[in-house]
Amino acid sequence: MSDVATVQPQFASVADVRERLGKAGYLADDAIATTVFLADRLGKPLLIEGPAGVGKTELSKAVAESTSAEMIRLQCYEGLDEARALYEWNYKKQLLRIQAAKAEDAWDATHDDIFGEDFLLSRPLLSAIRRDDATVLLIDEVDKADVEVEGLLLEVLSDFQVTIPELGTVSASRRPFVVLTSNASRELSEALKRRCLYLHLDYPTAEREKAIVLSRVPQVPEQLAEQIVRTIRALRAMELKKAPSIAETIDWATTLLALGIDTLDEESVTTTLGVVLKHVSDQIRAIGELKLS
Amino acid sequence: MSESPEREPELPRTGLLDREVEFVGALRRAGLIVSSAETVDATRAFGVVDILDRESVRAAFASTLCKRPAHRRTFDNLFDLYFPIATGDPTTGEGEFDPDGDGEGGEIDPEMLRELLRQALLDGDPETIAKLARQAVAMLGRADSQPGRQSWFTYRVLRQLNPDTLIADLLAQMLGDGERDGFAEKIARQTINERIRQFEEAVEAEVRRRLAEDRGIDAVERNVIKPLAEQVDFLRASRDDLAEMRRQVYPLARRLATRLTARKKVEQQGRLDFRRTVRASLGTGGVPLVTLHKPKKPHKPELVVFCDVSGSVSSFAHFTLMLVSALREQFSKVRAFAFIDTCDEITRYFSPGLDLADAMSKVVREADLVWFDGHSDYGHSFEVLDERFPDAITPKTSLLVLGDGRNNYRASGADALKGMAARARHTYWLNPEPQHQWGSGDSATRTYAPLVDRMIECRNVEQLTEFVTTLLPG
Repeated sequence: MSDVATVQPQFASVADVRERLGKAGYLADDAIATTVFLADRLGKPLLIEGPAGVGKTELSKAVAESTSAEMIRLQCYEGLDEARALYEWNYKKQLLRIQAAKAEDAWDATHDDIFGEDFLLSRPLLSAIRRDDATVLLIDEVDKADVEVEGLLLEVLSDFQVTIPELGTVSASRRPFVVLTSNASRELSEALKRRCLYLHLDYPTAEREKAIVLSRVPQVPEQLAEQIVRTIRALRAMELKKAPSIAETIDWATTLLALGIDTLDEESVTTTLGVVLKHVSDQIRAIGELKLS
Repeated sequence: MSESPEREPELPRTGLLDREVEFVGALRRAGLIVSSAETVDATRAFGVVDILDRESVRAAFASTLCKRPAHRRTFDNLFDLYFPIATGDPTTGEGEFDPDGDGEGGEIDPEMLRELLRQALLDGDPETIAKLARQAVAMLGRADSQPGRQSWFTYRVLRQLNPDTLIADLLAQMLGDGERDGFAEKIARQTINERIRQFEEAVEAEVRRRLAEDRGIDAVERNVIKPLAEQVDFLRASRDDLAEMRRQVYPLARRLATRLTARKKVEQQGRLDFRRTVRASLGTGGVPLVTLHKPKKPHKPELVVFCDVSGSVSSFAHFTLMLVSALREQFSKVRAFAFIDTCDEITRYFSPGLDLADAMSKVVREADLVWFDGHSDYGHSFEVLDERFPDAITPKTSLLVLGDGRNNYRASGADALKGMAARARHTYWLNPEPQHQWGSGDSATRTYAPLVDRMIECRNVEQLTEFVTTLLPG
């Protein structure tokens, strides 16, 4: 029926992915590098699920940077609709055009005119499809959007084309690298999952987390980084309302550095605990279990 | 360079394709839902990764075949069976553990192995720990199960190496002469325990691999597959299962909340708001392109949860309280009552922001739940609820009863329940027992079932999900 936009792979191999993401400041493990490689090679959207703050959005930024692509972002929220996600006609401008038209102007001409390119407001999905250059389309927090939006995404992501009744069908000349992220606050539909490659990002292993801290906050002494990571892991093992994320680990390292603390002990942990734990009940629990104070 | 995505990349080896199809079959037998489109995707993915890099292959399959985190463990176990890391003895394999560095496997005794393990746990390198686990299984895990037939056992390895006895020693080394008995020790202990668990898991995986090699995959497969978390019976859930369930319950509570408020959305728009419509039309030259409406008064659902926390349903009760606490964060108007043989309001223990584990122990300790002998008495509890808290149930209330209905042959209190059900907007009963046991023995389900809108078998998270998403009317 239609010719699907061609896939133009950006990465040569899994090792290449890892190296280039690394240069963009993202340390990828085997699973991440392989899945990004596959998404690129097979031209399939990549669905990333995981707790908040494990670097889902970060990963797509790194992909954009390492492929020198422009990133187009669609932030999902409850009530997001086609007009905000896909395209919309610029009613006000159309109205002005009609009012400015002289009486003798033929209606047909005006009609053709007001449904032209000039009056189309392109929203993220359409913009991403129309671009000729390398593009990373980030659809952030899909789980926040309503179920109907998933239907819209299915349509756009399976064919990479959009039909605008007045203009005709717009097809992608080049497939964007699509990343969808979700905090799993609701289960996404099977149909959407089926069309995507799936990557579950979880808290990293101790080694990787330490490497991340060291690469993000290079001034931190290795010894301290090790202590931070161990403490964070102990915190994650507790039953907390909100376990500390990687972002918070990094914040903590930065904080400790700014305060000039170079080893973690009871006192320094107690005073800076607010950086990693943001519920009072969690803090009380941590202080009890870690035998602080 | 560019290839059409429809064209299949040529497969590395047809033998591998067969393996993959068998693997997909095993995943389906284990309860994962894998469509044929996903199988095709997996094949394409398999075709473009380096098949000698086992972790890449694993990631390729995981990204195409396993799309729920709860299924990941089952997926990994099966992957290890169908695509084993090696065959035969690890000591003969290249790059495997070589204690004396002479290029040969070398002979080592259990004492040495224990020493090596101690070192590995101290360093914490996952590669070394995994290698040691393989080595340990090869040396210590084999035993004759029946005459002439060998088998492999996890417990033999763990009993002889007994990594737990290394903890004290490791702690001393890790802490140096630093202070004991405080924060530092707690962290060190945590780190060591984590590494020991890594080792134990590696041993288990290796034992499975050896078993599969000796007896064929099919024989092992049944033992490897644990029921998926959403299918674990509430009444038989272990601690790990409960932790997993908790992760699933929070989103469900959120969904329950949205289902009960769903009507609000449909009728979002009320009467035309003339003033705002005219004001908005100024932007479009006086033409009212968009009409604005007054918001409708939202329907505020009230939820009353009435749950059995007696010993016979204790793990269900644990789960129930989890659900209550999750609901408490979603609904402003939720009231929870617990009962054993009398009932008490427990809402106050679950105010948002409080710790769940604390709340649970407080409920057991402080709430007034036992009146006579501490055996379930639904009849008395219903009566107490009706008498002591007459304002709890109003025509706006949805009443949710959670319990097995095993009443120890006492008076049913059917009238009290009937009265409350008549007053409430909806009444649902979630029963953790299998339906065929309802009404057997001291179960009074037969009496209660006709009185409520619906009594639903709710033995696992899957059934709860179904209740929330399909049965519950908006």
